[in-house]
Amino acid sequence: MMEQTERRVISVIVMNEASVLSRIAGLFSGRGYNIESLTVAPIPESKYSRITIVTAGSVRVVEQITKQLHKLIPVLRVYEHADLVETEMALVKIPMNESLGDIEALTHAYNGRIVNVGSDTMIVMISDEPMRVNHFLEAIKRFHPKEIVRSGSVALER
Amino acid sequence: MQISGAQMVIEALIAEEVEVVFGYPGGAIMNVYDEIYKQRSFQHILTRHEQAAVHAAEGYAKATGKVGVAMITSGPGFTNGVTGLADAYMDSIPLVLISGQVPMSLIGTDAFQEIDAVGISRPCTKHNYLVTDAADLPRILKEAFYIARTGRPGPVHVDIPKDVTAQIATFDYSKEVELETYKPTTKGNTRQIKKAIDAIAAAKRPLLYLGGGIINANAAELVREFSRMTQIPAVETFMARGTLRYDDPLLISMLGMHGSYAANMAMSETDLVIGLGARFDDRVTGKLSEFAKNAQIIHVDIDPASISKLVNAHFPIVGDVKNVLEQMIPLAKEQVDPARYESWHNTIANFNKLHPLSYTEEGDRLKPQWVVERIGQLLGDDANISTDVGQHQMWTAQFYPFTRPRQWVSSGGLGTMGFGFPAALGVKRADMDRVSINITGDGSILMNIQELMTAVEYKLPVINVILNNNFLGMVRQWQTLFYDKRHSSTDLSIQPDFVKLAEAFGGVGYRVNTKEEFDAALKDAVEKNVVAIIDVVVNRFENVLPMVPAGGSLFNMMLEYKEK
Repeated sequence: MMEQTERRVISVIVMNEASVLSRIAGLFSGRGYNIESLTVAPIPESKYSRITIVTAGSVRVVEQITKQLHKLIPVLRVYEHADLVETEMALVKIPMNESLGDIEALTHAYNGRIVNVGSDTMIVMISDEPMRVNHFLEAIKRFHPKEIVRSGSVALER
Repeated sequence: MQISGAQMVIEALIAEEVEVVFGYPGGAIMNVYDEIYKQRSFQHILTRHEQAAVHAAEGYAKATGKVGVAMITSGPGFTNGVTGLADAYMDSIPLVLISGQVPMSLIGTDAFQEIDAVGISRPCTKHNYLVTDAADLPRILKEAFYIARTGRPGPVHVDIPKDVTAQIATFDYSKEVELETYKPTTKGNTRQIKKAIDAIAAAKRPLLYLGGGIINANAAELVREFSRMTQIPAVETFMARGTLRYDDPLLISMLGMHGSYAANMAMSETDLVIGLGARFDDRVTGKLSEFAKNAQIIHVDIDPASISKLVNAHFPIVGDVKNVLEQMIPLAKEQVDPARYESWHNTIANFNKLHPLSYTEEGDRLKPQWVVERIGQLLGDDANISTDVGQHQMWTAQFYPFTRPRQWVSSGGLGTMGFGFPAALGVKRADMDRVSINITGDGSILMNIQELMTAVEYKLPVINVILNNNFLGMVRQWQTLFYDKRHSSTDLSIQPDFVKLAEAFGGVGYRVNTKEEFDAALKDAVEKNVVAIIDVVVNRFENVLPMVPAGGSLFNMMLEYKEK
């Protein structure tokens, strides 16, 4: 009996202190849970940080992940999102010999723009839902990107 | 009060009413040891290996229910102690381990005896700290003790760089621990408890599944009351031995891989499992899909992550098992009819009759099970029992007549060979009026044999009973059963003279071949009141039975093994 594996987004509110990220990452690796992406940044004007983790697992596994995260001492809250707004950013470096107009039009369609133009390369930025970021990165291929960087997801419950 | 970090450690230990610290000094922790030298409030016991220091602290904690304290130095001192941390983590033992670290300015430089200690201890502790400022030490030490003993207990590691122990700062230990992110649930949810009691009242074949959490919560007395009142039969996990008296008519026995036939069959036949402080470990459940297949599950545990981790609970109750039982007992008194389980009792009695835990005496060689039973007959309640890991451990869990909680100290989750002797030292230190017996094997005993010296120096007369079969017996048993008798690296025919070994350290030793010799040796060792080794020659090829092969169903037990 195989249990259905689903993509899940989990937000973890933690004390902003040394080694807290290694506790979270270590828990995932130690217990064999998978991390698709992980982002972390301090929550403004508080002593907390927010960690957004994209993972995949059955309902049972995700429930275990949530409980195990809760057990860590510096963890204040764990949200397993159901109804959420999720956004990811990507930066792409493209050679200058590609069509500027076509690139600009494409990035526009994904809430993006050209953020830097150098002598040999330009850099474009988009921010959108992770699935649409995938689509964008597929589409941008024909402009021969030299480097791609994705930020990982951030999410808020609606 | 302006004092040094090292003095703070001492003051904190005094404030926590610590009476003994097990440890081993070294460069990075010397400032603290200098303060230990100057104080008279607690005893420091110098073990002969850091691993033993942590195991001794575990034994002490298990015997008393208090937080055990161990202290070691950086680098190899710390890494030697890691096995003890992992052991305490797996068995939920409250422990504070204080380790020295190289000075802050040297951290990250691969300095002499430097290792990333908190990086190593992170996955095998409940929590850990690297102290970077002496001003934080009072808060951190107080939190460490608090975290170790509350909720699901466990080890907490505090790593202190050498310069921090020299640094002067304000010591104020009066502030209550305030951890916004750590608030263990201790009271059970009333509605869930009511539903659980309804399920119990409606069940035909309910079964108490008693786990080590009962011992940790000091709830054995309440469990006894609950089972007496409801007349619901019980099985115990390995960790729960001593919760019910061995002669309690409601106690079936231990369940699991080496549980009794009746206990495993009862678990397979029950229609309602009442799990109290047990965690459905793989050595208990066997094949999960076949485990307690006909039953609904009530699961009471202080650790929410233990509930529905492996077996789905129909009635999850998060809380301290003692509090939950206090909530359950008055309800059960009203609702549960103790007379309704008669046919269930008969079924279990039949299981017991069919295949009781037993062994057959044959030839001149002593049977290891006899030795365990005999210690029970001669010392019974007067002994605290520790073990190492392997066949001897399972025979002890099966055959010793346990009468009270905390009488039994053994490495369950991690299965640490070398645990028994140092743990028995800690037990002895905690309970000087009783005999501290370490039942061990000829393999395990050599893994912390140096503790003979500690036992002699501190007059901790542990009696080590070696069930000597010249084998790493449990591995040999698996090789016999599953590896076509290829006894790869398990033959221990080459052995030291254990009698001379004990004597060389200043203890006493006995080599025993017969029942009479065993009785005489045990009596003499108890009277001599010094550390002892009783080297008992037992049947070489005895197997631990029944046995549920790993991954097999609980009801498919190997009950006997015949040489082919």
